[in-house]
This record gives sequence, C-alpha cells and structure tokens, in this order.
Amino acid sequence: MKTKTSECDIVVVGVGGQGVILISSIIGKAALKAGLPIRSAETHGMAQRGGSVINHLRIGCVFGPMVPAGGADILLALEPAEALRYAHYLSKDGVALVNTNPVLPSTVTTGQSRYPSLEEILAPLQRICRDVKTVDATKLAVKAGNPQTMNVVMLGVLSKYIPLREEMLIESLIESVPAKFIEVNRRAFELGKSEMKAQT
Amino acid sequence: MAREYLLGNAAIARGILEAGASVVTSYPGTPASEIVETLAPLAEKYDLHVEWSVNEKAALEVAIGASWTGTRAAAVMKHVGLNVAADPFMTLAYTGVRGGLVVITSDDPFCHSSQNEQDSRRYAQFACIPCLDPADPQEARDMTIYAFELSEELELPVLLRPTTRVSHARADVDVGEIKKTRAKSEFLKNPVRWVALPAHARPRHSVLLEKQDEIKASLEKSPWNRLVLRGELGVIASGISGLYAEEAVKQLDADISILRIGTFPPPDSLCSEFIRHVSKVMVIEELEPVLEEYVERAAREHNPDLDILGKRTGHIPREGELDSRIARNAIANMADLPLVESPSLREAVEILPRRPPALCPGCGHRAAYYAMREAFGKDAIFPSDIGCYTLAVDMGTIDTCLCMGASITLASGIRFSGEERDICCSIGDSTFLHTGLPGLLNAAYNRARITIAILDNSTTAMTGHQPHPGTGVTASGDKTKAVSLASLAKALGADFVEIVDPYDLYATIETFKRARDYQGLSVVIAKQVCVINERRAGIRRKPFMVNENCTGCRECIEFGCPAIEFEEDRARINSLCTGCGVCAQICPSEAIEVVK
Repeated sequence: MKTKTSECDIVVVGVGGQGVILISSIIGKAALKAGLPIRSAETHGMAQRGGSVINHLRIGCVFGPMVPAGGADILLALEPAEALRYAHYLSKDGVALVNTNPVLPSTVTTGQSRYPSLEEILAPLQRICRDVKTVDATKLAVKAGNPQTMNVVMLGVLSKYIPLREEMLIESLIESVPAKFIEVNRRAFELGKSEMKAQT
Repeated sequence: MAREYLLGNAAIARGILEAGASVVTSYPGTPASEIVETLAPLAEKYDLHVEWSVNEKAALEVAIGASWTGTRAAAVMKHVGLNVAADPFMTLAYTGVRGGLVVITSDDPFCHSSQNEQDSRRYAQFACIPCLDPADPQEARDMTIYAFELSEELELPVLLRPTTRVSHARADVDVGEIKKTRAKSEFLKNPVRWVALPAHARPRHSVLLEKQDEIKASLEKSPWNRLVLRGELGVIASGISGLYAEEAVKQLDADISILRIGTFPPPDSLCSEFIRHVSKVMVIEELEPVLEEYVERAAREHNPDLDILGKRTGHIPREGELDSRIARNAIANMADLPLVESPSLREAVEILPRRPPALCPGCGHRAAYYAMREAFGKDAIFPSDIGCYTLAVDMGTIDTCLCMGASITLASGIRFSGEERDICCSIGDSTFLHTGLPGLLNAAYNRARITIAILDNSTTAMTGHQPHPGTGVTASGDKTKAVSLASLAKALGADFVEIVDPYDLYATIETFKRARDYQGLSVVIAKQVCVINERRAGIRRKPFMVNENCTGCRECIEFGCPAIEFEEDRARINSLCTGCGVCAQICPSEAIEVVK
C-alpha cells in the first residue's frame, strides 16, 4: 500500500485559451484559504498558441508540483481529445470529468487528421479509471450567459470531488474574475454543480 | 509574515522587492518572463528601475553598472539568454560587485519553450561563482533574498537557477515585508577593480580563486542543504529533484538516507558525512551530472568503495525533466523494491490528432509567409529566427532556427558558400532589435545578396507581449522614443528597404518579388500589429464568411488559418475569424466575403 503524499492530485487539461490556468488558480487560492498546502505546475509559453495545455494541482501536498502518471485522483478535461491525451495520468481509482464539446485542432480542420468520435475517446478512459462523468459544459456555459465560462462550469462539476468547501471555491472565483462577470460565472458554477447532482 | 499563492517567478520577484533591489533588468524569455512582468507595474510604488533591455548582455551590463554604485540589482533571463550575456558574466566574476548582484537564469529541462536544455549550473562553475538551485517557489523567494546578502558578503555575483517547474509552479509561499528604502548610490572610482586591463585582470583572477574557500564556507552555513541520515542506502539530489526524491522515499517507506542540495559548490562537510555513512548512493539531478561529478570526487577521498549510481550508470537520464516517478523507480531499483510501471494508453497514440501550437487566426506572420512563398517559390532558402513566427514551420518558409538573431547571419553564410538559389530570411521585430542588428550590418558590410523579412507585429509576442524599443513604451508603461526599424535598416547599410502590410496580400507578394530581384541586400518590413494586442485594444474587424461560390478547391485551407475549416466538400469560416481578409484574396472563386 502506497503512503499517500498528497491529499488530492488533479490534472486540468484543455486547449490554450480555454481557461485552464484560471480555474487552476481559483482552486489553488481556495486551498490557500482552507489552509492546505498546495503545489501546482502550469503550462506557459509555446503551448498557449492553441496547443494542448496541462496543469497539475496537488492539494495537501508539500512535494514536487507535478502529478505523477498513474497518480491523478481527478482528470478535469475541458476538451474530450485532451482528456484522452492525458488519460495516463489517471489512477485506477481516479475519476475523469470531461467536457464533451470538441475544439478541432488545425491538423483536423485542414483535413490531415480525423477527430475521433466521443465513444472512441471515452471507451479507453472508462477502462482505466473508476468513473467517467461527461458534461456538455460548453452548452451549459451558453445557458449561463457566456460561452467563455465553460471552464467555470467544469469547476462546478469538479466541486463535489475535491476536499475543499464550496464557499472557498466561490470566494476564490469571485476574487479571480472581473466584477461585471461575477454573476455569469456564479451561474456557470451552479449549472456545473447541479449537473453533477442530476447525474448521481 | 503573510502567505500568498504565488507563481515561482512571482515569488522570485517578491524576493527581489523584499531584498530592496533597485535596478532590475531583463530580456523576456520563457520560463523567466513573469519575474519582470510582476515587478514592472510596481516600479513607481517601490522606486525601482525595471527595464526590458534590448538583450541579455545589455541587461546584465546595466545591472552591473548599478551594482558598482552600491545599489542592489538583478539581471533576469532564460538559460540561453546567459549565452548572450556570457561575455560580461565571465569577467564580472573577476571584478566582483559592490551592491548585491543576482543573475537569475531559468533553465528549461525538456525544452518546453527553448531551443536547448543547457544546464546553467555549469556557467556558475565556469565563472567560479556560487549558484543556488531552488526546489520550489518558497525556496525561490527565500534564496533570492539570501542571494543578495551572499553577493555583498563575497563581493561576487550570485547565480540563482530556477527551472521551468519552479518558475512556473505555484504554491503557498510565506512572504515578508518589502523594504522601500533605496540605498545611497555612488560610483567610487577604482580602476584596479573596474578596469579589466590585463594588468588588473591577472590579480583579480587570483582574488577570485582565493575566494573559492570563502564561497564554500558561506554556503556550508546556509540552510539550503539538508541531511537526514537513515540506512546505508542513500539518495543525494539537487534542487527540485530533492523534492522528487523525498516523495519517493516516503512512498516507498524505505530506510534510506537523503541529502538534499541547494547550493553549488555543494557543502563539503555535509557531503562527506553522508558519503561516509552510505555504501550505495543514487545521485538524482536534472540535466548535467554536476552533483554526480562532485560525489565521485568526494568519494575518492571519503569512501572509495562507495557504489555511485546516477547518469553514468544509466539510472537517471541526462536529458529531459525528471519527476517523482523517475526518482521513485531509480530508488526502488537501488533498494531492490518493486518498480511502478509507466502507464500508457495505446488509443492516445493511435487515434488522437496532433494539436501543435499554431499561429493565431488572423496572424500577420501567416500572410507574410504566404506572400514570401508565392514570391520566392518553395525551392528558395528560408533561414528563420526565434519567436511566434517559428510556429509557421509547416508552411515551408522556416528552414533554420538556431538562436536569437541567427537568421540573417546564417543566410549570409549560406550565400557566401556559393549557394545560388534565392535566400529570404525572416526575423521578428523584437529579435531584430535583440541581436539582428549586428547581423544586418555584417550582411551589408560583407555584401550578402539576401532578402531579410522583418516580421513586425510591434511587440515581443511569444513571451507575453512585452514592449521593446520599437514600441515607444517602457517596461513600466512610460512613453519613450520609438525607434524606426526602417531607419535602422537603412543606417546599417541596406539600400532596399520597403514597408508593407501583409494583410494586403498582393502588394506584399509584389514587394517580395522586387526584393528577390534586387541585386544586393534587401529588407522587407511586413508590419501588422499582433492580433492578440489588437483584440486587447478593442479593435474589431468584420469577420468573413464563405458564400455559395465555393468550389471546394481547398486553396484557403492550404493557407492554414485555424478559422477556416473544411466540411462536406466546402470551406467554412468559424467563429475564430478576426477579419484579416487574407483568405478572401487567396480564394480563386470570390467565395469569401465580409459578413454583412
């Protein structure tokens, strides 16, 4: 039996521009409020130009910032293909939370490659971890009033799986977005959260 | 004391502020850029001089000048930036410093955003100065403050070497108060120190060598090296690898001694105690075997029978970055404990499309390269440089990328070799100002018949849109003189200099053709503001759409803009369109028009 060296290991993945860094930062600040040590690793630079992005978050951890492959308690994927690209980070007991709305890479839009079907993407995920939850977060974000809040819908989805109280996450969310977008982001968070309630 | 959730680079910036440094210089470069980005907006509040220098050599020399007046100063760069600054860096070790001077160079194991993964600890060894290797953002902040004190104590520059996973890590960090007092600065004339004539340099070299014991003695007393003696198997690890090793040992629940190293040179007394205690040791560090070579030397004296495992024995890779899994398996291997498999997923390799980073929709560089290829043909030679535009490698107009500013000089060398095909090199505005200027002067002086395309998006885009001397704005947002790239090019000896707007595709193609046919050195400045900056400034153009004239010929798809998709035998323009209109000019069927 391995000795636990982190309370909760999360990898947040997506495409440059989807807001991976913002929600990672919201979670990190919430952990700070909760008085838990937090370590995270971000993708900057090259990967931000529409490339694939991965952020690591380790709540209740005092070691290195990267989640080891096979060690993630949660894979939070803002894009389905990216969920599969980083699925090897998931632990056998881990949970994958996946936005089902694809962002087509240039290799697909120019016809060089094919984008796999959702079934093809999810099947291997379901094989290797404990549970896979899917959400059309992009649709919920539109319902909340702004498609840009898709990442915050996914934060709402995540909220029931992490060892941080919801108030902390919301407080941290409010501090992290411009005042005029607070309401729409709160709605997005709620929609993500209730979607998970409905599914379980 | 307060606790904040800080990016490693912001923690370093915090350390610089708390240490009371007054002059901070840098050229942007991932993974180091956020240090000065954090400080620049605070310049006025804390009475700092914060600058984006034109290159790292300039940055370090400005910081040295400040230090020689007694002011604390920091020069910040990415690892390869230190190559550019190596000239002042090496002799600075001879002259020494007055105000604490910390050179901060962020290394990039795995080349996340770099052209190589050189190990800056070697530079500190080379220059005979101390180097600090932080493991996490807290240590990065703490070591920064310590580095200024150490620098003043030794009168030597100190190298702080974070890596990507420290600079771009975030963690809860305890911070202290920020000193607001600016030290009195005065340049004290002292030619024997500050004038590195041979007659002065020789004795200064002796001083530097004599100081080596003093460096070791100071670092021995520092808190950055930690020894935990347990069983006779041991791990010695440097910087962030120390955290990987600690986590691995905890997970393995094994009786293993650990020595974590944060300083170079490593502490002799702790190391010898450790080396005498263990019979077998795994040396864990990223990149070069700097610590491993030290352990090998020390073991000859203290424990000649010590079994040393590491890079030489193939247990630890010398390239790429490490993680706790690599550390765990290396240690498990040494201790005869079971290894953990590296999970991989067949489907992820087999069915996933690649998602390489790409030029933005509407990026002017894409249009400039398209025009360049039309004018010069695919057979021409296209040396290029370092910036966003290097992402256009799939367009066939990037044949080389070596280091900052090398496009023009490589192009010249290719011409002087006798290569007869047309040569058109490309370089961004910030890179041109960084080290392209001497290349252009060299090309003009030595009569290189090449075309130089300066891709001018009026920012340093790749590293996060920092201003440069062509933008008319300083790091802290003050107005300054905006230098003209065209005037510079002319002054450096180019007779053919034309400015074009790459969104005007056919005019750009014609300009490139004239440049191609010019019997001499020609410069084309393709000027179009970075689309990200344009969006931030609130400038919106009307997007384009595909009408019923589309024949599905794919000409627009070949352009490679992420806003153009191909669906059911027809092109379609998606919501990413920024309205540059270049695809409408490419379309042979007049099938792309502005959305009305």
